[in-house]
Amino acid sequence: MSKTSEVLKGGAFLIDALSPEQLFTPEDFSEEHKMIAKTTEDYIKKEVLPHVEELENKDLELTKKLLKKAGDLGLLGGDVPEAYGGLGLDKISTSLITEKFSLANSFSLSYGAHVGIGSLPIVLFGTEEQKQKYLPDLANGNKFAAYALTEPGSGSDARGAKTTARLNDEGTHYILNGEKQWITNSGFADVFVVYAKIDGKDFSAFIVEKDYPGVSTGAEEHKMGIKASSTRTLILEDVPVPKENLLGEPGRGHIIAFNILNIGRYKLAVGCIGACKRALELAVRYANEREQFKQPISNFTLIQNKLANMAVKTYATESSVYRTVGLFRDRLDQLSDEEANDGKKMAESIAEYALECSLNKVFASEALDYAVDEAVQIHGGYGYMQEYEVERMYRDSRINRIFEGTNEINRLIVPSTLLKKAMKGELPLFEKAQTLQEELMMLMPEEPGDEPLEKEKYLLNHAKKIFLMVAGLGAQKFGKKLEGEQEILANVADIVSNIYAMESVIVRTEKSIRNTGVDQSKQKLLMTEVFCQEAFDDIEKLAKESLLMVEEGDKLRMMLSVLRKLTRYTPSNLVEKKRSIAKTLIKEEQFTV
Amino acid sequence: MNIYVIMKRTFDTEEKIAVENGKISDDGVEYIINPYDEYAIEEAIQLRDKHGGEITVVSIGDEETEKELRTALAMGCDKAVLINNEDVEDYDQVSTASILAKFFEDKEFDIILGGNVSVDNGTGQIAPRLADKLGIAHIATIVNLEVAEGKATAERDVEGDIEIIEASLPLLVTAQQGLNEPRYPSLPGIMKAKKKPLEVLELDDLDLDEDDVEGQTEVIDVFLPPKKEAGRILEGELEDQVKELVNSLRSEAKVI
Repeated sequence: MSKTSEVLKGGAFLIDALSPEQLFTPEDFSEEHKMIAKTTEDYIKKEVLPHVEELENKDLELTKKLLKKAGDLGLLGGDVPEAYGGLGLDKISTSLITEKFSLANSFSLSYGAHVGIGSLPIVLFGTEEQKQKYLPDLANGNKFAAYALTEPGSGSDARGAKTTARLNDEGTHYILNGEKQWITNSGFADVFVVYAKIDGKDFSAFIVEKDYPGVSTGAEEHKMGIKASSTRTLILEDVPVPKENLLGEPGRGHIIAFNILNIGRYKLAVGCIGACKRALELAVRYANEREQFKQPISNFTLIQNKLANMAVKTYATESSVYRTVGLFRDRLDQLSDEEANDGKKMAESIAEYALECSLNKVFASEALDYAVDEAVQIHGGYGYMQEYEVERMYRDSRINRIFEGTNEINRLIVPSTLLKKAMKGELPLFEKAQTLQEELMMLMPEEPGDEPLEKEKYLLNHAKKIFLMVAGLGAQKFGKKLEGEQEILANVADIVSNIYAMESVIVRTEKSIRNTGVDQSKQKLLMTEVFCQEAFDDIEKLAKESLLMVEEGDKLRMMLSVLRKLTRYTPSNLVEKKRSIAKTLIKEEQFTV
Repeated sequence: MNIYVIMKRTFDTEEKIAVENGKISDDGVEYIINPYDEYAIEEAIQLRDKHGGEITVVSIGDEETEKELRTALAMGCDKAVLINNEDVEDYDQVSTASILAKFFEDKEFDIILGGNVSVDNGTGQIAPRLADKLGIAHIATIVNLEVAEGKATAERDVEGDIEIIEASLPLLVTAQQGLNEPRYPSLPGIMKAKKKPLEVLELDDLDLDEDDVEGQTEVIDVFLPPKKEAGRILEGELEDQVKELVNSLRSEAKVI
């Protein structure tokens, strides 16, 4: 995309229609992207997977050794600029690396915590000296990083942190005291990004080295899953941190935390894509192998139905998340060379899509939880046994809905971010809601045609109207008190999430049809039809529940009748379509688009 | 050293083979560098890193083959050449060897490395034919190679035994599994590969006519191996079992 072209704003998808040219899809990967993905996959399969058992038993020396190997291949330097010993790759490339890393189960967390939340605060907010000092070693795997935000008493409410920093009398060092909990990589990290309040009030970030006096870690936690990753408490007792290791400005730690969370969220979503594909692959291979009643269980339509559902969710996740990564890329491409080297500018470009990051995080983690659950179910009793990879995947998946902001917190972020954008005049949501009210009164139901995707586009269009109606009425009724009506907020978030995913699959499929024809896009089309109908039915239910909370009496009856008009359409027989999707999966034995 | 590698693009070894209309279907197939050629590339890189010089990797195929050539460049080769064979009909091993021989006619080289066999057609003919046409020695299925002072010492795998052979350069060798552990392209390697030269040649550029390189074999039929039948466990008294076995070997399997 050229530097002069229009770049989409965060949240704009709720108002504008997306054209295929504006959407980045996995079909757009370049040869170089594919080579990078292949190298990552080869590395995981040849170097890491043979050692899964040792890694699960927390052989941290091995973890370090394997990460160092990844560093030798350049896999740790993707997000680090060339000037600091990295490769400065585009976000598509680094996302592909993250996706492929998820094949290594929880080893991928050691990787993710190091290159993502561990190293990125320095990449984005470090001073020149800090970058020079730390990044080359982090990019090549000589040193490893961890990120220490959570405390026993402050999780989602990060600014409630109790860890303190106090400038010493000489004015040379901050003295840090406190405990940080559940710190990934803490068992072997050399560098910690630690949040503490200067004088108990100014929330700030610091770079703390393992070898500073007073730094220690607690025992390894015994977790439900992700057992290959090291998780300990970081204990800080009168730790003298050189003044120049303050990261960013004093009292502005929340800016760093906010930006790092955005990145953590989309990277988590990218990882879920890889894991969804793996769960599906394991499930379909097992279903083809396992015979009961003298035939492979993949012959049974109930098994087929599950496989198809897994594939549809995977398709929606992949389409949505790479769409977001494409948005980052387009926006980062707009930066001048000078700006591109300014980490803060880069963080701003990503923060523009904070909303999309939250949507992706929630959608992807829930898609994966569904996929691993059904993968275990398809394995039957064997799926409950530790010798089977799905057993581990099932346990590993669960944390994704909890960390990087719980899915509840991320849901709440969606409507509040939209409201902020509307108030600031960045998104004309109020105006749209206003004109919609008049439009709704006049609404005449219509029947979309039979061309591919025509019905799905019709549903998407109406879904956007339903969003405006529900969100508008909620805001009107409750005003500032809407914050307390979390159920409505979560419903709105789910409606928005479905809209984003519907649009992502529709436009991806449209682009594919345009480029390769309907025949080559058959599987995509089927998955889009299934996803859109089910998502739309969800939206109807969410909208109805919300209206019941907002309105009453005649106004309620009127609004419900408007909703009925908006949701009137002739549904398709999805069971048949799912059998058809499954047929391809069973033949290919992997996620196939 | 002037090092050349001859490389073929083949189906990924995990692909399932399907025959449609008397031909192997390439619908949606993933491709890779022929695994034996990967050993050759790795060995070339090690030779270059030890003795200096330059590696040129050569392949014959359509434009899609550029992908595998880029991979070879990303692994560490210096230059790539693709010879386009899209217009040649009735293509076979003679065609490939003839084109390659013509290509090498005016080249200076110390060593040419290739895979001992391709995993698709598996004829193992290209390299020996090429060596013959170029009038140089060749050592097939090597598992170790040392080069010093214009001479090469190779260990070759002979059905499980090892033969040690000395030859003077220029020389052609083909790689057997076990020669080395091919590296995968590093990310910096991938980035650099973009900027390395990849030359595309038409037959015209080699002063060749399509007729010059026409194949000399004809494919009569293409079919998949028969499906493996389920095994059978014989039951009853030992003597009866033996009788039944002999009977089956005679009348069913027809091996005795």
